[in-house]
Formats: sequence, structure tokens, C-alpha cells
Amino acid sequence: MDLVVQALINGLVSGALLAVPAIGFTAMFAVLRFPNFSVSGVATLGAFAGYLAYGAGLQMVGSLAAAFAVAGIVGLFLDRVAHMPLVRQGALPAAIASIASGLVLENVVRLGFGNDMRGYDRPIARDVRWGDIRFNPQQLETMAVAVAIMLAVFAALAFTRIGKAMRASADNPELAALKGIRPQRVAMMASFIGMGLVGMGGMLLGLDSSIDPLTGTRILLSIFAAAVLGGLGSAPGAVLGAFLIGMAEELSVLVVGSPYRSAVGFFAILIVLTARPRGLLGERAF
Amino acid sequence: MLNYLLFIATIGSIYGLLALGLNLIWGGTGMVNLGLAGFFAVGAYASALVTTTGHWPIPAGWALALVAGGAAGLVVTLSTTRLREDYLAIVTLGFAEVVRLVASNEIWLTKGTDGISGIPRPWKAELGPNFNAAYLVLLLVALAVVFGLMRRIDRSPYGRALRAIREDAQVAQVAGKPVLRFKAQAFALSAAIAGLAGAFYGHFTSYIAPDLFLPLITVYIFLAVASGGIGSPIGALVGAYLLMTLLESARFLVEFIPYVTAVQRAALKELLIAVALILVLRLMPRGLLPERIPRAPHPQTGGTK
Repeated sequence: MDLVVQALINGLVSGALLAVPAIGFTAMFAVLRFPNFSVSGVATLGAFAGYLAYGAGLQMVGSLAAAFAVAGIVGLFLDRVAHMPLVRQGALPAAIASIASGLVLENVVRLGFGNDMRGYDRPIARDVRWGDIRFNPQQLETMAVAVAIMLAVFAALAFTRIGKAMRASADNPELAALKGIRPQRVAMMASFIGMGLVGMGGMLLGLDSSIDPLTGTRILLSIFAAAVLGGLGSAPGAVLGAFLIGMAEELSVLVVGSPYRSAVGFFAILIVLTARPRGLLGERAF
Repeated sequence: MLNYLLFIATIGSIYGLLALGLNLIWGGTGMVNLGLAGFFAVGAYASALVTTTGHWPIPAGWALALVAGGAAGLVVTLSTTRLREDYLAIVTLGFAEVVRLVASNEIWLTKGTDGISGIPRPWKAELGPNFNAAYLVLLLVALAVVFGLMRRIDRSPYGRALRAIREDAQVAQVAGKPVLRFKAQAFALSAAIAGLAGAFYGHFTSYIAPDLFLPLITVYIFLAVASGGIGSPIGALVGAYLLMTLLESARFLVEFIPYVTAVQRAALKELLIAVALILVLRLMPRGLLPERIPRAPHPQTGGTK
């Protein structure tokens, strides 16, 4: 029983970390209308940008800002140059190009850093025990940061001009354009913010374990699963999906062992698409 | 040198099979299979397992690879053909990942990351040094058969129905075409061809392991089909051999770059392939040998049926 409770708690932590890139992915999907597979490479890039900033003496918040900025700018550049010109031919050519650009980023990181695993040099802290349940203070800190980022994103979506413009464009691009919302600008903001979140997500997940060029590729399926489970294009859905996937992954370790952890996302996607294709909260609730 | 060329031609032909399969669904119905490497692996493992531990004859292994690939294709499409194509993209990507996980972890069956070695090569004892050439001929025959089938589908009413689905599934549905069934059939056939390609690969190199079926192979085949011309079977074939030329030239090219490690060389090579795919999609979306869409016959003059 304690094992299950412990797994659920670990799942809440990893779910919170996963929610950050999942919101980014789903927001980009809502506005740009294609699944952007380059999130794998961008998450890795963010993790390494944060790693360099952290190593240079910036604190966690400063390093996260660096991860956001680098990932956002590079993601925006790739969307402009490689993906968006293809969206006119349909979502698939853009999606395929985004796989290639994810691969480009992965290999740029590999060129610079090699295949070695690296860890953020954080001070070691003793686990807090509560009966048989353990908490790691650092994990809790990372989780708190992730929750703060989520709250900031939701506040921005609800109250700022650009947030409202993004929601309007996602809901009905033609109507939004008629109302004077410039689709080009909204698309660029969605790329920048979405990819920035993905970059921060890469760093948050890296803080928890270690990073290497395949960091982003390893979490790609979980990000997709969170977004699809909640309903592609729905930001609250992505958060709900991320917590569910996080907990399901931790529980799966108890049942089938850790090697199959990353298969959870795939089966979650299959089940959701068969039983409830629009996801738990429906598409476009964003 | 001759052996090297034979090797390149053989791998190129295996990529040709994969490219023909991908072209059937991508060019034909507008679906994509981002898990091509997974179906490739399913075929390779199916045939390798039954011919090593099961002692089946090799042709039976090939037949099983076809069936296993097709069955896996059906399973993946059943839950997703009703949905938009972007969901299928996500699901197929996940499928390939799960195949690799199973191959790496079910050690009792697949020997895990050690891989399966000693996969029998057909008539290796009788052929001796001529094995590579004979295998290439055999593979080319298979390629020709698949190519002929693809051409036939391409020009048949069935192929036209598939293209109608690609252009507008709703219109095809209204015109009375069983859209879902056609899509599932095309996907399963395409996956079966990928499975067959996997079996040919395993019985050629005699060794398979999970690391040989990385998603990178999927990217290769997309590059082959996109550069050859999406929707044209001959384009897919030409693209596959072009891809092989590019891969091998890239290999030699990166050898000449000084002061880089082996890891960096590999990274540069992957980088080059990925950039090539983006460039082809952006600059030559119709490919070298674009699909030719025949004019509709004129209603008054009758024309061809």
C-alpha cells in the first residue's frame, strides 16, 4: 500500500514537471495546427542551455529563464524557416519537417557535448520521511517551480492581450483575423512561448535526473500522451493529462518494471483514441 | 570493392522496399507512418526468430514477416483510421518505440540488446563467395514484384480511390468509397512490405539488434520518398538509391573533417540527413520524378475508361 502511495506521490511530482512542456506543445498545436515533433530536440536544447547557465552561477530561476529564452528563440526560428511554410500543404509535411529539425537540434547538442550524461550540480539534501513515505526536498522545490510556471501561463492566457489573442485564434482563426488579431503575430508568439515552455520542461526534467542529447526524445511520448489524453489543443487538458500520465508511469513501474515505463504513454494514447478520441477535456478547450 | 558495391546495392534495395511501402500510404492515401522502423523491426524479428530457434525454412520466415508486419499495421490503424492523420503520426511514432522496448527487454525471446546472431543466410553453403550477388538478385526480384504491384495499384480504380481519399476523404466517402476500409488495407499492405524488408535485412546481415531499428531509419525513408516524388512508385525507388548514395558520400565526407571525434562524425552525418530532408520538403516538394496525374477523360468523346 505504501508503495502505491509513494508511486502516486512520485507521479504527482513528475506529472507537474511534464505538464510544463505539455502545455507548450498543446498550445502550439491549437494555434499552428500541426503536431510539432521538434519538441524532442527543443527540450534537450533547453535542458543544456539551463545546464550551462546553472554552471555559470545563475540560480534556478535565472537558469530556467535562459532555458526559456534559448528554446523559444530557436523554436521560433525553426517554425518560421522550416515548418510554417509547409503548413499550407497540410499538417503532415510540417510534422515531418519538424521531426527532421528535432534531429538537427539533437545532433547540434551532440556535436557540442558528446553523448555523456551530465547532471546539474545541486547540493545534496536528505529525504524528508513521513511514516514510510519519503519526499526529496529538491523534488518538491522543482515541483513548486513547475506549478508556479503553470499558474503564470494560465494567468497570461486569461488576462493578457496576447493570451486572449492566442485563445481567440485557436478557437476560430478567421473570426480572430476579422477582429483585427494579426494571425502572423499570434503564430509567432505561440511558437516562442510554446517552445520556451518545452525548453523549461526539458530543464525541469533534467534537474530531477540527468541530461544527454536524447533527454528530449525520451520524454516525447509522455508529452504527446499528456496532450492527447487531455484533448489536443487544450491547456487545462494538458495539465490533467500530464498528472495522469505521470502517476500511471510511476504505477506501471510497480506492475511491469521500469523498462516499460515509456510504453505507458503509447498505450494511454491508444486507449484514449479508441474510447474517447477528443480527449478528456475535449479539443480546443484552450 | 565489388563486395562493397554489392552491399550498398543490397541495403539500397531494402530501403527501396521500405520506400515503396511508405509511398503507397503517403502518396496514395495521405497517411504517414512515422513508425516505419518499428514495422521493419517486426518483420526482421519475426523471421529471425522462427528460422533460428524455430528452425523454419527461410521462405516461411519471409512469409511470416509479411503477415506479422501487416497484422501490426492493422492493429495500429484500427484505433486511429477514424481520426485525423496527425493522430496516426503520433501513434505510429509510439509504436516503433514500443517495438524497440520489447526487443530490448524481452530477453527470453529476443536476447535483448545483444541481438540475434546466426540468422541463416539462404543457400549460403552452396553459394559461397557468390552469396552477396545472388542475394541481391533475389532481392531485386522481390523488389520488382512489389514495384509491379505498386504500379498496378497506382493505375487501378483502387489506386484512384486511394488518391481521392488523399485529396478529400469526405468527397470520396460521399462517392460511395469505403474510406476506412481502404485506408486500413493500404496501411496494412504498406506495413507488410516494411516487414518483408526487415526479413530481407536480417537474412542478409545475419544479425539484428534493437539498435539497428532506430527512428533514424524512418527519417531516411521519408527523405527517399520525398526526394523521389511523393505518389510515384518509380520516384520512391530512385529516391532510395539516391538516399544510399547520399548516406555513403556523407560517410566518406565526414572522414575528411579533421579534429572531430567519432561521436561528432556520427552527429554530423545525422545532421546532414535531417537538413537534407527539410531542404527537400521546402525547395522540391514535388520531388525529382513528380506524380503524374492523368487527365480526366472527356465526357463527350468517351475517352478511356
